[in-house]
Amino acid sequence: MNQLLLIVKREYLQKIKNKSFIVMTFLSPLIFTGLIVLVAYLSRINNAEKQVITVLDETGLYISDFKDFENFHFVNTNKEADFSEVVANAISKEEYGVLYIPDEPIAKQKNDVVFYSEDSPGMGVVNYMTGILEDKSFERNLKTDGVSIDEIHKATTTVNIKIENFNGEESSKTANILKLVFGGAAGYFLMMFIIIYGNMIMRSVIEEKTNRIIEIIISSVKPIKLMMGKIIGTSLAGITQFIVWLCIGAVLTIVVSSIFNVDVATIETPHRAMLENSGAMEAMIQDGVVELFKLPLVTLIVCFLLYFIGGYLLYSSVYVSIGAAVDSETDTQQFMMPVIMVLMLAVYIGFFTVINNPNGTVATIFSFIPFTSPIVMLMRIPFGVDLWEIIVSIVLLYITFFGVVWLASKIYRIGILMYGKKPSYKELYKWLKY
Amino acid sequence: MTNNLLEATNIHKKYGSHVALNNLSINIPKGCIYGLLGPNGAGKTSFIRILNQITYPDAGTVLFDGEELQPKHIANIGYLPEERGLYKSMKVGEQALYLAQLKGLSKAEAKEKLTYWFDKLEIGDWWNMKIQELSKGMAQKIQFVVTVLHTPKLLIFDEPFSGFDPINANLIKDEILKLKENGATVIFSTHRMESVEELCDEIALINKSNKILDGKLIDVKRQFRSNTYEIALDVKDKGAVYNEIMNSHFKMHEADFRTLGEELKFSIQIDADSSPNELLSFLMNRGTVAHFKELIPSVNDIFIKAVNNHNI
Repeated sequence: MNQLLLIVKREYLQKIKNKSFIVMTFLSPLIFTGLIVLVAYLSRINNAEKQVITVLDETGLYISDFKDFENFHFVNTNKEADFSEVVANAISKEEYGVLYIPDEPIAKQKNDVVFYSEDSPGMGVVNYMTGILEDKSFERNLKTDGVSIDEIHKATTTVNIKIENFNGEESSKTANILKLVFGGAAGYFLMMFIIIYGNMIMRSVIEEKTNRIIEIIISSVKPIKLMMGKIIGTSLAGITQFIVWLCIGAVLTIVVSSIFNVDVATIETPHRAMLENSGAMEAMIQDGVVELFKLPLVTLIVCFLLYFIGGYLLYSSVYVSIGAAVDSETDTQQFMMPVIMVLMLAVYIGFFTVINNPNGTVATIFSFIPFTSPIVMLMRIPFGVDLWEIIVSIVLLYITFFGVVWLASKIYRIGILMYGKKPSYKELYKWLKY
Repeated sequence: MTNNLLEATNIHKKYGSHVALNNLSINIPKGCIYGLLGPNGAGKTSFIRILNQITYPDAGTVLFDGEELQPKHIANIGYLPEERGLYKSMKVGEQALYLAQLKGLSKAEAKEKLTYWFDKLEIGDWWNMKIQELSKGMAQKIQFVVTVLHTPKLLIFDEPFSGFDPINANLIKDEILKLKENGATVIFSTHRMESVEELCDEIALINKSNKILDGKLIDVKRQFRSNTYEIALDVKDKGAVYNEIMNSHFKMHEADFRTLGEELKFSIQIDADSSPNELLSFLMNRGTVAHFKELIPSVNDIFIKAVNNHNI
């Protein structure tokens, strides 16, 4: 049988049959969903508790304006009540807080409204109260000036700017969000895949070194074959694991969401009523589906595969040479740092520059540099990138990949037979010339 | 057609600025056990790795069975490196099959041969065990089997006996001799001189990247013979005879060895061109010769002497 095939098969089977790999494969989706369920459950418990806020409104103008907000319930007291009594009362009843609105002219009042509470209040409720106060005083000011609110409402127009490119293709906010999610997910996924399985390859190289089997093997196989076999075998194991994760994830999502729906139905919450009443949600989903099919899906998938394979192979050959250069995993730190930094750089550039300006200079440049292009370009593609840019970037990526494999195989060839010393970058450079 | 399985000519190898092998030429005849000796760091492993095509020489040629050394010859070479191990978490049988297949055997062939060897070394029960459950010596046996499994023409053993107890070392030694009888050529690199003495037909001594000595073991020994004889002489008056020999033209030295009697013990070095018979008849006239033996230099002595001379 072909040697490369033998090596790939062994690497793959060894990974797949490894107990911790199996446990990880089946347990992590469970743990992950478990965590999500737990968080959802906890936040619901957190919100289910009714909190009372006493409003001491000395002006008497806002009496009916505070409605229940989230889990907060507003109670108005007599505007003549004594402030300290109200506070004492709130404390004894373990209420959430007291909102004090002094009877002063508006200009002074705006700085004198105080919210008293035991703990610092959540931003949500503070914003809600501020909003109500602002809106209501705005309306009252208009009234005092003799402007009718109805006229204001009539005069107000909501403008929705449509976004189209020069070819007349329409895009919408939903579409932009969708593109962002698509690109971001692809780039992030690639980064995670590189880190997880690059490490796995590195460990398996170190393992062969520490087991001292390496010399036996390379007396029968060319080092580059062994190296490629390891990369391919481990990648296949990685893909297998991801597929299993996706399947389990899908099943769990269905199961969990169905359980949740049941829950939601049995517990009547104001949220549900709100959601049901407003058709906004459904409209958004429909919009999303329409936009999804407008995306260049074929280009996306083909590019994803090309960048995924190229980027992953590029980085895994770097990981292989790191593994070959050191004796134990603890020695890998100094070489791992730059690799992780470049990956992080790519992801951050993707998230910060591509979002603002998908075709800006920075985003464009980094989508050509081979070590960042797989991630950055994957994020750009949903927003529309010229074909020539994609082709140039992919060609650059694959040329670099072959160059890096060539360099990595040199380091690998020397490194796997070096024991007992932690090489410096200078020494690695020397190995390249052996 | 030469009678050499391997001809390495003017091999030069540099690692950075360090010269690992300096114009090394070694010929290894078919069917012999060839001892590759030298202190640590002399360049033995570098040479062996070149033979295994793990590294390549900067200059020089290697002929294997008359052909230039190429990747296809890997299937004709079995190599047991000094730094050796196996995958810890893999089963013995699986692992042996994998390594045999890498050497080019088909799975069925590999299985058949493995069964033969495992039975022969009585390690058949280990097939389904993991290496981490075996002792070091047990793992060494498996490595040995994997090395010889594909019946290579050339076997290279780097310190094959390290990690073996005397019984198993003997077992492996016998197997090496049997492999030689069956036509294999063996390169044997070790620091254990007594095993060189027992096994090797030819030796080469490498020191500081240079070959300083090679040839048939017996020839090398002749080259280093000092024509010194160990003698035990049974005489009545030891002191008188001792003085008499001291005053003769023979060069006498103190000697310490064991015999069964209380004889006068000493050693005498004669000139290379003179016959030991002359010495013997001189001694016979003085007393009963209980012990008379030429001191043959051991490989150990030769090693130390040659290396020290070369280092000066």
